[in-house]
Amino acid sequence: MVIWILRRLGYMVITLFLVSLLTFFIIELAPGSAVDSEISRLRAMGSTVSTQQVEALEEQYGVNDPWIVKYGKWAGGLVRGDFGMSFAYRQPVADVIWSRFGLSVALALGATIVAWGIAIPVGVYSATHRYTLADNIITLIQFIGVAIPEFLLALAVLVGAVQFGGIDVGGLFSNEYRNAPWSMDKLLDMLAHLWMPLLVISVASTAWLTRVMRANLFDVLGQQYVQTARAKGVPERKVIWKHAVRNALHPLVMTLGTTLSVIIGGEAVVSIIFNLPTTGQALLQTLIVKDTYVAATLLVMLSALLIIGNLVGDLLLMWIDPRARVLD
Amino acid sequence: MTTRRRASGGSRAGDRRADDLGRGSSDAIITVRDLQVEYKTTLGKVNALNGVSFDVPRGSVLGVVGESGSGKSVTARAIMQILERAGKITDGSIVFRRPADDRRESTQQEDELEAALDSSGEVDITRLKPTSDAMRAIRGSEIAMIFQEPMSSLNPVYTIGFQIQEAIRLHQNPDKKESWAQAIDMLDQVGMPNPARIADSYPHELSGGMRQRAMIAMALSCHPALLIADEPTTALDVTTEAQILALMRRLKEEIGMSILFITHSMGVVAQLCDEVIVMYQGRVVERASVEDIFYHPKHPYTRSLLRSIPRIGAAEHTPLEVIKGSVPDPYTKVSGCSFHPRCPDFIGDVCRTVIPPETLLPGAERHGVRCHLYDDERALAGSTTEASR
Amino acid sequence: MSTAQVTGAGLDEGTDTGAEAEVVVADSKVGEVSQTQLMYRRFKQSKLAIVSLIVLGLLYLSALLAPFLSPNDPVQVDQAYKYAEPSSLTWSSGPAMCTVKQEIDPVNISTTYVKDCSNPIPLQFFGHGFDYKVLGLIPTDRHLIVAPEGDAKLLLFGADGQGRDIFSRTLYGGRVSLTIGLIGVAIATILGSVMGTWSGYAGGKTDTLIQRFIEVIMSIPTLPLWATMAAVLSPDMSVTKRYFLMTLILALVAWAGLARQVRGKVMSYAKSDYVSAAKSAGAKSPRIIVTHLLPNSASHIVAVSMLAIPAAIIAETTLSFLGIGMVEPAISWGVLLKDAQRIDVLQQYPWVLLPAVFVIVAVASFQLLGDGVRDAVDPYS
Repeated sequence: MVIWILRRLGYMVITLFLVSLLTFFIIELAPGSAVDSEISRLRAMGSTVSTQQVEALEEQYGVNDPWIVKYGKWAGGLVRGDFGMSFAYRQPVADVIWSRFGLSVALALGATIVAWGIAIPVGVYSATHRYTLADNIITLIQFIGVAIPEFLLALAVLVGAVQFGGIDVGGLFSNEYRNAPWSMDKLLDMLAHLWMPLLVISVASTAWLTRVMRANLFDVLGQQYVQTARAKGVPERKVIWKHAVRNALHPLVMTLGTTLSVIIGGEAVVSIIFNLPTTGQALLQTLIVKDTYVAATLLVMLSALLIIGNLVGDLLLMWIDPRARVLD
Repeated sequence: MTTRRRASGGSRAGDRRADDLGRGSSDAIITVRDLQVEYKTTLGKVNALNGVSFDVPRGSVLGVVGESGSGKSVTARAIMQILERAGKITDGSIVFRRPADDRRESTQQEDELEAALDSSGEVDITRLKPTSDAMRAIRGSEIAMIFQEPMSSLNPVYTIGFQIQEAIRLHQNPDKKESWAQAIDMLDQVGMPNPARIADSYPHELSGGMRQRAMIAMALSCHPALLIADEPTTALDVTTEAQILALMRRLKEEIGMSILFITHSMGVVAQLCDEVIVMYQGRVVERASVEDIFYHPKHPYTRSLLRSIPRIGAAEHTPLEVIKGSVPDPYTKVSGCSFHPRCPDFIGDVCRTVIPPETLLPGAERHGVRCHLYDDERALAGSTTEASR
Repeated sequence: MSTAQVTGAGLDEGTDTGAEAEVVVADSKVGEVSQTQLMYRRFKQSKLAIVSLIVLGLLYLSALLAPFLSPNDPVQVDQAYKYAEPSSLTWSSGPAMCTVKQEIDPVNISTTYVKDCSNPIPLQFFGHGFDYKVLGLIPTDRHLIVAPEGDAKLLLFGADGQGRDIFSRTLYGGRVSLTIGLIGVAIATILGSVMGTWSGYAGGKTDTLIQRFIEVIMSIPTLPLWATMAAVLSPDMSVTKRYFLMTLILALVAWAGLARQVRGKVMSYAKSDYVSAAKSAGAKSPRIIVTHLLPNSASHIVAVSMLAIPAAIIAETTLSFLGIGMVEPAISWGVLLKDAQRIDVLQQYPWVLLPAVFVIVAVASFQLLGDGVRDAVDPYS
C-alpha cells in the first residue's frame, strides 16, 4: 500500500513536470514577450526606459535565450522556491503566492465539503421520493444552479448583499481588521467574508452532484442486493443508507477530479468578483496584465492542487469500494 | 348452449371445492388463498396475480413452475412483502403458521410479532404492513429468501461474514463476537471450505457457486421455518447446480426445512420437489405431487410444457414441440381461461368466457386442476353442450 | 393479425375433435425499426427536450436574423442615450413608445432622463432603419420593428454606457456566443473521437503515450487553462482571427475528456464478440473501426459532446467578461456583461444584466437537450 502511494507521488511529480512544460509552451506562444508589455506599461506611465534598462530586463528574463534555457531558468527558480519578481505586484512572487495558496486550498476544500454535504442527503431524498413535488422543486433548482454562469451568480449575490444587507462584502477582511493582528474577532470577520463566496463556488457542483446522486441511487435501489437486505429484515432506513448509498457513492468519488477542476476554476472567477486574495484571482489578474511568467507559476500550482485532489479521490475510492483495492 | 352465470372472478362453488382443505391443514406452514397482486405502471395496470391459492406443506419442497411473467417471483415477494413500490396486494390472504416448538430470542420485533400471532400461532401476512416491525421479524428470521443472481444479490462492499452477521444481529444475537462465530459456523454447515477466510472475503472474490452457498448460509443463519428460493440455480452451471440441489435436499432431510422452490426447469423439479404447482398468467393452473405432475399431468398447459422438453433418444428429425403463440401482453386481460388462445384442447365458448374453477381430482394425494375439461359442473351440462353442437 | 387454426391434438380425455381455437400470432416488430428511428422515438418522449430544441431553434434563428430583428445599429455610439432606461411602450392606435429626454445635472454630474408619454411615437413594422446586408449579400435597411427616423430610439433593453442599444447588441452577441461553443465542441468531438479511437484500438505504446498526454491536460483545471491560453492572444488581433482562435482554444482543451470517454467505449467494444468475428473473417483494422466501432460509439459520443456545449458557452462568456476572451469591438454576451462588472453600474442601471437571461436560457436549454439526447441514446446509463 505504501509502495502504491509512493508510486503515485512519483507519478505526480512527473505529471507536474509535464504540466509545467506544457504551460511554459503556451506562455511562450504569446507574441512579444513579458518584458515587452512591461516596457510599454512603463512607457505608458510616462517614465522613459533606456535601452540599457531594456537590455537588463531582457537579460534577467532571458528573452533572447533559446527556449530550453528559458524554461530551465523559470523551472529551476520554481523548484528552488524563487519565483522571480512579479511585474504586476511589484514584489517577489513568493510573497504573493503562499498566503494565496492557503486560501485557495481552504476554499476548494470547503466548497467540496459543502457540495458533498448538501448533494448526498438531497440526492438521497430526491431518489427516494421521485416525482413528488419536493423532488420536482429540487430538480428545478438544480437546473438553474447548473445553468447560471458562476460570475453572474457571484455578481448577483454581491449586489444583493450590498443592496439588501448593507454588508461590506468585498475582500477578505473589513477595513478595521485588515492590518490588525490576528485575533478571534479577526478570524470571525474573515469567516463572515468567506461564507458567501464559498456558497457561490459550490453552487454549480452541488447542483450537478445532486443530480448524479439522485440518478445513481435510483439505479442502486433497483439492484438485487437491496432486495436481499430487505428480505433479511433490515429496517428500511438502514437499507437505504447502509446498503444503497454506500454503493451509489462510487460515481461521485470517481468524478472527484472533474468536480475539483470546476471548483478550482470557479474559485478563480468568484475570487475576482469578491476580491479575495487567492491563487486563482492572482492567476486571472496576472493574465489580464500579461504578467505571464507569474501566471505560469500560478497555473502550475493550481494543477498541483488538482493532482493532489485526484490522488485523495483515488484513495477515497479504494476505501469505500473493496473492488478497487486490487493494486497492480 | 347454456351459459353458466358466473362472476369472472371465479365462482363460489368452485372455490368451495378447492377449499376442501379449508383454511389449509395445520400441516401447512404457509396457506395462500385467492391472492391478488396489482402493479401500477405508467402504461397501465397489470394484474400480476389473479387469485393464487396453494399450501406449502411443512417439511417438504414445493416447486413453483411457470414461464416468465406467470407470477412466480411475484408470489414469493408477496409472501415476504417485498414487492416493488408499484405493486400491491389487493385481495386474498397469506397465512403463516409458526411451528409450535419454535423458540425465538426476545427482541423488539419479535414482541411485535408475538402480538400479531393469534392463539393458534397463525398470522395473516397480508394484514401486516410491509414496513412494520412484525413483518421485519418474519423476514429473515421466520421466512428467508434467496435470489437468482448470486453476484448481484450480495452487497459488493461488505464482506460475506458481515452480511451474514447482520442478519444474526438483527434477529438473534446482537453481540458482535458471538454473531460472527455463528456466521462462520453457518458457512461451514453449507459446505464452504475454509469458512473463516470466506467470511472475510468480498463477494467478487468468490465463484458463483460459492456465492450462492453464502446466500444460503445467510438465509439460514436465523433458522427460518421456510426458505423461499427464487430460481437459485438458473445462473449456475450444471455441476454447481447439482451441488446446490444436494445441499437443499440435505437441509430438508436433516432439519426438516420447508422450501418453496421457484424454477422454470422441469428437470430441477424432478430432482428436488415433493409437490409442484404450475402457474400461468397469475393463476395456479395445476397442483399435485411430483409424481402426478410428471406421470399424470392433467392441465393442457402442464402437458404442453412436459411435451416441449426435447428428449434424448427421440427419433431424428421429429419437430420440436412448441406451445403455439406467446405469453400475452401483461397489460391486456384475456377473458375466460387465460390459456385458451394457445390451448391444444380448446373446447369452445366456455373456455373463452368463463374462468375455470379449481377442480380437485379424486385420488389419495391432492391434485387440483383449473380447466374446463375437468370441471364437474360443466361436465354435468356437457351433454347439453354436446347436443347443441 | 393473422390467425391460425389448430385442431385438437387428440389427447386422451374429453376433447372434441374438430374444435377450433383462435391462435393469435402478433406481427413481430423486431428488426423492422432502425436504431435511429428507435432513438428518435425515445427522444420524442421527453417533452422537456423538445421544448429546449424549439427554444434553441428560436435563439439561433434570432442570431441569424439579428440585423433584421434589431431596431438599431449595435455599434452606433450615442452619448445622448448613455445608460438610458428601456423604452416605455404604450398603445396609441398601434404600439408606440414614449419619448425620452436627457438632462444633465451639472451640479451632481449625473445624467437623468425625463419621460414624456404625451406624444407617443408610433412604431413601424418593417420600417426603415440602419443599413445591412442580408446574409452578407443583399443590401437592405428593413427591420422588424423600428422607431421612425428622428430623435427617438427604440431601446427595448435600454442602453449601455456608450448609448448603444443593448437589445440589438444582445441579438448580435448571440452570433458569437452561440456559435463559438458549438463549433469549438464540434472540433473537439472530431479530434477527441479520432484520438480516442486510435488510442483505444491501437493499445500498447501509442495508447500509453496518448493517455499520458490526456492526463497532463486534464491535470490542469479547465477554466484556468482556457484563461491562460486566451490571455496569450495578442490584444490587437482582428475580431475574426480572435474568434477562430478562441474556438480553437476551447477545442484544444475539451478534446481530452472526450477522447478518454471514447477510448473507454472503444476498448470495451473491441473486446466484443462481433469484433472478433470480423477479425477472423479477415477484416482489416480501418474497416473494423469505421464499420463496427464508430457507429456503436457514435450515439454515445454525440450525447457526451452535447453536454459539453453549455460548458463552452459559459466559458466564453466568463472569459469575455473578464476581458481575456472576446474583446471590443467584438460583440458577444460576455462582452456585453463586462459592463455589469461594476457594482455601482449594476445598482443604478440593472438592465445591463439582461443579456445574462439569454445566456442562462441558452445554457439551460442545451442541458435539457443534452439530457434528452443522452436518455434517447443510452437509456441505461
